[in-house]
Amino acid sequence: MTSAIAVDRLEVIFDRFRALKGVSLDVQPGESFGLVGESGSGKSTLLRAIAGLAPVASGSIAVNGKTLGTRRDKAFYREVQMVFQDPYGSLHPRQTVDRLLQEPLAIHGFADGEKRIQQALDEVGLGNGFRFRYSHQLSGGQRQRVAIARALILEPSILLLDEPTSALDASVQAEVLNLLEEVRRRRKLTFLMVSHDLAIITHMCERLMVMQSGEAVENLAASDLVERRVTKDYTRNLLRASDGFVRTA
Amino acid sequence: MSAEVVQSRRDWLLSERPASRMQARLGRAYVAWRRFSANRLAFVGLLIIIALLVIAALAGALAPYSPTFGDLKNSRLLAPSAEHWFGTDDLGRDILSRILYGSRWTLYVVILVAIIAAPIGLLVGTIAGYAGGWTDAILMRITDIVLAFPKLILALAFVAALGPGIENAVLAIAITSWPPYARIARAETLTVRNSDYIKAVQLMGASPFRIVLRHIMPLCISSLIVRVTLDMAGIILTAAGLGFLGLGAQPPLPEWGTMIASGRRFVLDQWWVAGAPGFAILIVSLGFNLLGDGLRDALDPRSGDQ
Repeated sequence: MTSAIAVDRLEVIFDRFRALKGVSLDVQPGESFGLVGESGSGKSTLLRAIAGLAPVASGSIAVNGKTLGTRRDKAFYREVQMVFQDPYGSLHPRQTVDRLLQEPLAIHGFADGEKRIQQALDEVGLGNGFRFRYSHQLSGGQRQRVAIARALILEPSILLLDEPTSALDASVQAEVLNLLEEVRRRRKLTFLMVSHDLAIITHMCERLMVMQSGEAVENLAASDLVERRVTKDYTRNLLRASDGFVRTA
Repeated sequence: MSAEVVQSRRDWLLSERPASRMQARLGRAYVAWRRFSANRLAFVGLLIIIALLVIAALAGALAPYSPTFGDLKNSRLLAPSAEHWFGTDDLGRDILSRILYGSRWTLYVVILVAIIAAPIGLLVGTIAGYAGGWTDAILMRITDIVLAFPKLILALAFVAALGPGIENAVLAIAITSWPPYARIARAETLTVRNSDYIKAVQLMGASPFRIVLRHIMPLCISSLIVRVTLDMAGIILTAAGLGFLGLGAQPPLPEWGTMIASGRRFVLDQWWVAGAPGFAILIVSLGFNLLGDGLRDALDPRSGDQ
C-alpha cells in the first residue's frame, strides 16, 4: 500500500539555520500520526514543509505516492489541507465566514457552492446563523470550527493539524478534538498532528514521532507512550515534564 | 417613521447574526458611519465636501452672472455689494459666479488625480510588498527616485514639456503624487503577507495575483483612502500653484489658482479679487483635511474591533 505521506531525509534551512536535519516520516492512509517535541524542535516546520510553506533544501516529500516538486499544483491542495494553530490569526479580518468558505470553492471552480457551504457549516456544528458573521464576531472555538470547515470544504484526504487546540481553553479544546475525531471517522481522513501536549497526542493518534532540535528522536505507538515503553532519555524527560510540576520534599 | 421602526432598523443593522451578505455589509458600513458621525469636526468636513459637490453640479443655476463675460464699461473692480457679493474683477466679471464655476475645475483636478494616482500607488505597493526580492527592489527604487523630486518642481517640468493646460497639470500632479501611496500600500502588505490567513489562502491554491487583488488590497484600501483624502488639500494647492504660475488652467477658465494669480496685481487696493478664491481654496482644503481625519478614526483597522 502506498503511504499517504512519505518524507525522506528532509532538510529545511532558513537563512543558514537548519530547522530540519534529515527527517524521515511515513504515514499510512487513514492513520492519525502525531508529532511531539518541545518548542523549536521542528515539528511545525515539518508540517509547513509538507504544505509547501517552508523552504526545502533537500530530501523528498511524497503524498499518495506522488513526489512533490517545489511548486505545488491545485490537485495537491485538494488532497492536503491544513488547520493553523492560532484561530485568531488564520481568518481574514475583513471577510465573512461565507466569503472565507467561498474562496476555496471559487479557486477550484466548484459549481454547487451554496450547498457545500451549508454542508460544511453543518458538519462543524455551526448553524446558518454564523454564515454571515465576521471573524471578530466569533469566539476562539467558533473560529477554529470555521477554519476546520474551510479545510474540509475541498474534501481533502489528508489534514495537517498544527496544534489546533493549543490556543483554546480546556472545555473548548475537548469540543474541537471531538469534532476532529468525528470528521476523521466519517471521512476516513489521514491526520498528521503536531502538539506539545502528550495527552492530546495519545488520545488522538495511533503512532507518533518524538522530535528534538530538528531531528527525529524516536518513533512510538501511542500505547508505548501510555505504558512508558520509551527508549530515549529525551522522551522520558518529556513524559516527566508532561506529568507536571512535582514538589520535592 | 416611529421610534420603534428606527429601533428595529438599528437592531437589524447591528445584528450579531446577519442573515444575508447584504445585511452583514450594511451592518459594517453602519458601524463605520456611527464612528465617523460621532466626530463633529469630521462631520463638518463632510458637509463642506457635500456642499462643494452640490455647488459644482448646480453652478449653472446658482451663478447670478456669466463666469467668463463681464461688463468692462460699468463694473470693473467693484467692491463686494448686494449686487456682486464677492465684487468683480479687472475684466468686470462677477467673482461669485467665477468661484461657483471654479468649483467644477477644483473637483475635476482632485478626482482625476485621485483616480490616477491612488490605483497606481496601490498596485505598485502591494505587488512590491507581496513579491519581495528583485521585484520589490526595482519597484521601490523607482518609487524612491520619483519621491526624491520636489513635487511642484517635477510637476512644473512635466507641464513645461507637455504644454500648459489643466489636463496636463492633472497628469503632472498624478505622476508626482503616487509614490507615498505605494509606500503605504507596501508597508501594509508587509505586515499581512506572512499572516496565517494569507498562508491559508495560499494553501487553497490561490494564484499570487488573486491573493494580492482579493485578500491584500482590501486591507490596504482604508489607510489609502485616508491618506488620499488628507492629500486632497495638497493636490488643490498644487493645482492652484500651477495655475498661479500660469502653467495650469489658462484664462478665461475660472480656476481658483488662476484667479488668485490675476488678482495679485491689485491685492492691496482690491483685496477681494485674490481674497475670494483664496478663501474658497482654504475652505475646501480644510474640508478635505477634516474629512480625512474623521475617516482615519472610522476606518483604521487597528482601532476597535473592525
